[in-house]
This record gives sequence, structure tokens and C-alpha cells, in this order.
Amino acid sequence: MYKLTIEENTYSCQPDETVLDALLRENVNISYACKKGTCHSCMVRSPDILPPQAAQAGLKNTLKKHNHFLACLCHPEQDMVIKLPDQSEFYTQGTVVANEMLNRNTLLLIIAFKDAFEFNAGQFVNLQRPDGLTRSYSIANTPQESNTLEFHIRRLANGRFSEWLHDELKVGDTVAVSEPRGHCFYLPERSDQGILLVGTGTGLAPLAGILTDALAHGHSGPIYLFHGSREVEDLYRIDEMRQLSRQHENFHYVPCVSGHHVPEGFGHGRVNEVALSSLTDLKGWRVFLCGHPEMVNQMKKMTFLKGAASADIYADAFLASPS
Amino acid sequence: MTDTQNNGEGIMSKPLYERIGGEPAVNAAVDIFYRKVLSDDRINRFFDNVDMEKQAAKQKSFLTMAFGGPHNYTGEDMRKGHAHLLKMGLDDSHFDAVVENLGATLEELNVPQELITEVVAICETTRNDVLGR
Repeated sequence: MYKLTIEENTYSCQPDETVLDALLRENVNISYACKKGTCHSCMVRSPDILPPQAAQAGLKNTLKKHNHFLACLCHPEQDMVIKLPDQSEFYTQGTVVANEMLNRNTLLLIIAFKDAFEFNAGQFVNLQRPDGLTRSYSIANTPQESNTLEFHIRRLANGRFSEWLHDELKVGDTVAVSEPRGHCFYLPERSDQGILLVGTGTGLAPLAGILTDALAHGHSGPIYLFHGSREVEDLYRIDEMRQLSRQHENFHYVPCVSGHHVPEGFGHGRVNEVALSSLTDLKGWRVFLCGHPEMVNQMKKMTFLKGAASADIYADAFLASPS
Repeated sequence: MTDTQNNGEGIMSKPLYERIGGEPAVNAAVDIFYRKVLSDDRINRFFDNVDMEKQAAKQKSFLTMAFGGPHNYTGEDMRKGHAHLLKMGLDDSHFDAVVENLGATLEELNVPQELITEVVAICETTRNDVLGR
């Protein structure tokens, strides 16, 4: 019999019970449906130890890496601490060390921490204002770069949180930052695999982190980044990305503009259409999508139809604001 | 619905789910099958507004059931799950198209014809519930 610990409470798991059986018997409020490992409704996390392998069957590699597992398939092999998905999270105070504009409406915000902040490039955190208002933002840098997190924040009309970040927050102010979340990140495996990154607006943030991470790990397969917006003034980091593509033969960068005025060197049209017409066969590719919800949904389907395996298509449930 | 497991080769043989290869077989088939369904103009409009990831999980449970594997579907679930599609005009021809895509998927994976026949027979047991009859 093993102990299951959730926050301050401890439950016992009988030898013939799964974690889900035990928690339901103990009246713990946990979501579940099929109890057979197919629906993934009862996915939880083991923060300190590797869960039994059988309990991770069918999960994406990035979820496995962070010790997510299915409670309905888990017969514990030792005592376990369990984190439920909706459990209140732990916030760390960071200090703003930079805030400057990346283009006419996107703010670069860099927050520094006393201790190392563990995350994978491409994950997101919740930022919290002193009054409790909270919003999710993708991390744009990689963990190798000192104890800082970088964010790209687009000003939204009447967006209470983005206006606060743009207009009121100053260098030296503190911000509460949650633990990192999300399974849209790079894993250093199959390094000859093609990688397709497609983003609109500030959807570039997680993609830039993933790109930097993949290049730092010596990913050798072709990497394509398509970054789109209606007008060229709403794109950013163009020169930096072009510079990167000159330094790395396998990295290809295509900024796209869907509006009327298209300068030389830019793809013309919606970023998803440009990407799909450039790459016709995605069999064996890894795909990362971020930005406009419609673009992300349409591209999940299209990249799958063009051959990418569903397990290789990454897009977080949290979507960056539309551009 | 476990009675269907004994179709075909009699009570003494192993269940279909084991003979067809269990969960690895489901995993091998699910992307191929779902890609065929989404590419099939006879039926893909029924999948226009669904979330890819949730749908992939659903396709996996469907294949597990069709392969005679463990599942919790009841006739009532089938009715509820497809009621909104009936309003969009779901009928026998669409049901046939799905089964046809599943058969083609299994052929592509070199599953023996007699196992495919068993899978199709399991699908048939859900027809009236899916079509709300």
C-alpha cells in the first residue's frame, strides 16, 4: 500500500487500485471519463519522481518529460506526490530589468529572478498584478540565458493587463510569476527531423525560444520559421532572424505580410498559406503553431493532412492574442 | 458489446483485440484512418469545427472499440454523441464511408481480410445507435 499526497492531504492507494480509483474512493475532485487511458481527462503530474512507464502510454513526449501521467493507468510503485491540473500554483516574485518597444505595439519585457527559473523554451507562465488580475504569456527566451524570462506583449485595445504592462510597469518593479506550464517545447531528439514553426503576431515569442533551443542543441534537420502579420510594422525581430538564418544553413526564415503593401524579401499572403505552399510534404516533420486561434486550428489540420503525425504537432491550449 | 469478440473463429480463439495487435495496432492505425476521414469530401464537413487533439483521442477510442478492445461506449453514448450530426444530415451513406475508410486503413497496414471482416462487423453493431434509429 502506497501513500498519495495532494497538497496537505494524504490518501492510501490499495494494491489493486489505480491512482484514479483511490482518489475517487477518497472523494477527491478529479476529472475523468474513459478510465482506459484514451481520453486523457485524468492527466495529473508527479512533481518529484518518475511515474510508472505504463501510466504515460500515449502521452506526447513533452508531457512525459515533465512527469505527466494518467491517473487511470497508474498503479503506484512507491509513495507519490500528485499535482492536479487545477491546483493553485506557486508564484515567484521577479524584478523588471528591461521594458522597451519591439515595434509600434509590442513590448519586450524582461523579468529577472534571484534563483534559476526552471522551464523549457516555448512554455508559458501566468503573470499576476498586485490586485490578483492574471494573464498567460509565452516565454520567449531559453533557460540558458541567466535567471531571466523574456516576454513579448502586444497592447490590446481595452486590454486591462496589457495596458498595465505597457503604461505603468517600470524597470525595478516586481511582478508575480507562476510556475511554467504547457507542453509546446523542443526536446533534443531526432535531430535530423524537419521542424516547421508558424506564428502570427506575438506568437513569435514561444517559437523564437523553441528555435534558439533547437539551434543550441545542434538540431541538424531543416528548420523553417514563418512569421506573419497584416502589416510589416506589426512584425518584429526581422533583422535578428535574418542574421540567424545566415549563420545557420539549415534555418530558413520567411516573414509574411497579408496586407497590400509587401516589401521585397517578404512572403505575400496569410502566413499559413505561404507556409503550406512552400512545404508540400510534412511526413516526419515536427510542427509548432502559435498565434491567431483560427490559424492554429486550421494549421493543426492541414499539417496533419500533409503528413505530420498528430503526436508531432504542438500548439498550446493557451493562444497568444490575435495580431 | 464483448459478445462480438467471439465472432468468426469461435469461442476458443483469442479475442480480436489481441489477434489484431492491441494498443500498438490502434496507434498505428489512428493517424492513417483520421487522415483518410478528413480528406474524404463525402464526410469531412462533419469534422470542420472540431478540435484536432480532442478528435484524435476520440478516434483512438473508436478504433479501440472497433478492434474489440476495452471501451465504455454504450448505445446511449453513441446516440448522444452523434445527435448533432444527424441534424447536419448524417445518414447511412456517411456511416458506410467511415467504415470504408477504416477498411482501407487496415488494408494499408496489411491486416488480414478475415480480421477486417470482424472489425466491420463490430462497427455494424453501432449503426442504428449512431444514426439514432
